[in-house]
Amino acid sequence: MTIIFYIAALVAFVSTVMVVTRKNAVHALLYLIVSLLAVSVIFFISGAPFVAALEVIVYAGAILVLFVFAIMMLNLGTDSEKEESKLLKPNAWIIPTIMSAILLAELGYVFFSYQGALGELRTIGPNEVSESLFGGYMLAVELTGILLMAGVVGAYHIGKEKKREYHRYLQTNENS
Amino acid sequence: MSELPLDAGLILAALLFLTGLAGVITRRNILFMLMSIEIMFNAAGLAFVLAGAQNGQPDGQVMLIFILAMAAAEVAVGLALIIQMYRQFNTVDTDVISELRD
Repeated sequence: MTIIFYIAALVAFVSTVMVVTRKNAVHALLYLIVSLLAVSVIFFISGAPFVAALEVIVYAGAILVLFVFAIMMLNLGTDSEKEESKLLKPNAWIIPTIMSAILLAELGYVFFSYQGALGELRTIGPNEVSESLFGGYMLAVELTGILLMAGVVGAYHIGKEKKREYHRYLQTNENS
Repeated sequence: MSELPLDAGLILAALLFLTGLAGVITRRNILFMLMSIEIMFNAAGLAFVLAGAQNGQPDGQVMLIFILAMAAAEVAVGLALIIQMYRQFNTVDTDVISELRD
């Protein structure tokens, strides 16, 4: 299990460094997804399968898709067509694919050699997590709901395209 | 099957966090700065989960769930701000929007 941890840690670190150093935003997003998957593998082998699944579903599946949508809406710059033609070159996707394949092989190995508890670590399943979440952390859950509500309303309000409104004096001046 | 090296896990969390911090400091594209902030959130969550696993308690995972919700809200507002900035200034370079300095 230790070697699996070290391989996943290496993948996570390398792909995170690649995120910070890329020039193309979409390439950086691919590396960021690989990094999140690697961290999810580490969660799984450290006895936290529930948050490993959450990491894949919420982070890699929802938040990064939001990033992709925003990058598409921005439609970056004059060289977007040049980037578009370069998009399918192998050097854009070959390294993230290799790293994902490494993680896939690791996950397969873990699943095939999974025997209940992992080493000295105790596996903490979704049952125990949700009992703790809705037991002692009830107030924090409600505050998180309020925060999400504020986030959604704020994002809608900020992202809305505003009509330019003039004072009525300026309006009459423009019309005349 | 040996024990998971938790010290190495915490060192990995520190490495990821510092990489994200370096990204926030060095990049000028605001999209990359937001991605680096996501890396830092993720590293903090990794440290929480590993510390919780060391004690055998579910509290670390609970904290990761809160971090996930907060990151989702933060990304929604941050991306809306980036889109608004791109509409007004037609750029994603953070050095351009330093109007308040003049």
